Amino acid sequence: MANLSFDVLDAAPTGRRPRSRSFWHAVGRRLARDPMTLTCAAILSLILFAAIFAPFVAPLDPYRTNITHRLLAVGDRHYWLGTDELGRDLLSRLIYGGRMSLFMGFVPVFLATVIGAALGIVAGYAGGALNMAIMRLIDVFYAFPSVLLAVAISGVLGAGLVNSLVSLTLVFVPPLARVAESVTTQIRSQDYVEAARATGATGWRIVIGHVLSNVAGPILIYASSLISVSIIIASGLSFLGLGVVPPEAEWGLMLNTLRQSIYIAPLNAVLPGIMIFITSMCSNLISDGLRSAMDVKV
Amino acid sequence: MLTYFLRRVLYTIPIAIGVSLVCFALIHLAPGDPLSAVMPEGASSETIASLRSFYGFDRPLAIQYLTWLTHVVTGDFGYSIMTRRAVLGEIGPAVFNSLMLGVAAVLIGFTVGLLLGLIAGYAAGSARDRVVTSLAVAGVSVPHYWLGMVLIVIFAVNLGVLPATGMGAGGSTNFAFDWESLKYLVLPAISLSVIPAGIIARTVRGTVAEVLKQDFIQTLYAKGLSPRRICLHVAKNAAPTVLAIIGLQLAQLLGGSILVETVFSWPGTGFLLNTAIFTRDLPVLQGTILVLAMFFVFINLIVDLIQSAFDPRIKRN
Repeated sequence: MANLSFDVLDAAPTGRRPRSRSFWHAVGRRLARDPMTLTCAAILSLILFAAIFAPFVAPLDPYRTNITHRLLAVGDRHYWLGTDELGRDLLSRLIYGGRMSLFMGFVPVFLATVIGAALGIVAGYAGGALNMAIMRLIDVFYAFPSVLLAVAISGVLGAGLVNSLVSLTLVFVPPLARVAESVTTQIRSQDYVEAARATGATGWRIVIGHVLSNVAGPILIYASSLISVSIIIASGLSFLGLGVVPPEAEWGLMLNTLRQSIYIAPLNAVLPGIMIFITSMCSNLISDGLRSAMDVKV
Repeated sequence: MLTYFLRRVLYTIPIAIGVSLVCFALIHLAPGDPLSAVMPEGASSETIASLRSFYGFDRPLAIQYLTWLTHVVTGDFGYSIMTRRAVLGEIGPAVFNSLMLGVAAVLIGFTVGLLLGLIAGYAAGSARDRVVTSLAVAGVSVPHYWLGMVLIVIFAVNLGVLPATGMGAGGSTNFAFDWESLKYLVLPAISLSVIPAGIIARTVRGTVAEVLKQDFIQTLYAKGLSPRRICLHVAKNAAPTVLAIIGLQLAQLLGGSILVETVFSWPGTGFLLNTAIFTRDLPVLQGTILVLAMFFVFINLIVDLIQSAFDPRIKRN
C-alpha cells in the first residue's frame, strides 16, 4: 500500500528528471521536507559529536575535583555552567556524560532489536509449537512493568555498565519480538510468499528476501521509539545507584549526586536532567518523523 | 462471550506461573550467597550451614521453588533478612501507599491527557493540534524523577507552599484524607502523571482523529445529529482503546514509581524495593517484585475483559 502512494507522488509532473522510485529514497525526500525532524536530528548530532570528541570539546577536565570551588553558580567566568559538589566543571561533565547516556540509549535498543527480531521472525515463520514456546516465554517477560524489570535485574546483578546493558536489553526484547512476530505471521500467508515457496525458494531465502524486508520498517520505527525510553530508564538506574558507578560522568548519576545540593545550588542540580530531557525529546520527535515518513503503523 | 472470558482467565495461569519462576530465579541470579549480607565476618561454617538450612538454601532448586510457591500462594512470603519481620507485613502498607500515588497520578494524567487528546483529535492537522502533540511528546520524554526535583525546587524550596518529601508531618506514614496529608501527595503525583498524561493524550488524539474520519460520522452529520450527540458516538468508539491504555498505565505506574518514590521519600513499593536492593534483603526484593508483577498481570486481565465487553470485535481474533 505504502509503495503505491509513493509511486503516485513520484509520478506527479515536476518538470524534472524522474527520481528513483525506491522506498528509502521517498522516505529520505519526505524527511528532508520535515523541519521538526531535521532540527531534532541536528541537535542530537551536536550532542553526539560533542560526546564523541569530548576530550577536544570539553573546556576542562571533567574528573578534576577542587574542593574550594564547590557548587559555583552557573555563569561563572571560568566554569561556564558552574561546578558540582566536588568542584568539578559541570559543562565538561555534561559533555562527557553524553557518552554514557547516548551509549545506554542506543546499544540496548540495538541489541534488543537484533535478538527480538530474530526470535519474532523465527516464531512467526516457524509457527506451531516453536511459536508457542517462544511467544509464551516472551509473554512472561512482557508481564513485568518495564521499569520494575530493569530495576529488579539490575538490583539483583548489582550496579555497573554491563549489568545495566543486560537488564535494559532484556526489557526491550519482548515488545520488539512481538512486533516482529505479528508482522512475520501476516506475511507468511501472503500469496507472493506462497509463490516463492512454489518456485522452490528455501526457507532462508524467503526470510531474507521477503520477511526481513517487510519486518524492517515496523521494527525500525518501534525500536527508534524505544531509544528515549532507554535513555530515561538507564539514567534512572544510575540515579538509583544501579547504573554506572562514580566517578563516571553520566547524566543520571550526576543528578543523583547533585540531588543532595538541591537546596544550595538548585540550577546546577537540575542541569543534567535538562540534557536527558532534550536528548530523549529529540529522539522521540525523530522517531515520530520517521514513522510518518515511512507511513508505518506499529 | 463466556468462552472468551474463560479462555482469557485460564491463559493467565501459565503467565502467572512463569512470572513466579522469574521472581524465584532472580535471587539465584544474584552473585554471592543471599546470606552474605547478614552473615557476620568470619562466621563459622556450622553457623552458615545452619542458617542456610533455616532459609532452605541447601535444598535442590526445584524443591526450593515448589516450597516457596506453596508458601506464597498461602500468603507466606517468608521473613525479611534485615528486619526479621514477615515480608507480607512490609509489602502490604507499601502497596497501599503506591496504589494511592498511582491512582492519583492516573487521575491527573487521565484528566489532562483526555482533555489535550480531545482538543488535538478534534482539530487534527491544525496549529492547535501541533502544540498539543508537542506537549504530549514532552510529557513522554521528560525524565519524571528529574521533574520531581524541579517541582521540589519551585514549590518546596522557592515558594514554600508544599512539602518536599515524605508522606506526613514528622515522617508520619499515617495517611488521612485531609488537606494536610494530601499536600504531601501533590508533587509526587504530578511528577508521576506526566508520562501517562502524554501517552493518554497521544492515544486519545489518534483514536478520536481516526473515528472522526470514518463514514458513519458523516452519516450522523447528514442525519442532522447535534455535535454533542456525535461526540457521544465518538466517545463510545474511542473508549475501548483509551480504557485499555489507562489500565495499562496504572499498572506500569505501580512498578515504575520507584524513581519518583525515591525522590520524594514516599514509603511505597518502590521505596521498599530500593531499600531491599541496597541491603540485599532478597526475600523482600523477591516478594515485592512478585506482588507488583502479579498486580500487573491481574490488571492486564481486567483490562482485556472490560475491553472485550465493550468491543465485541476483539473476541473474534
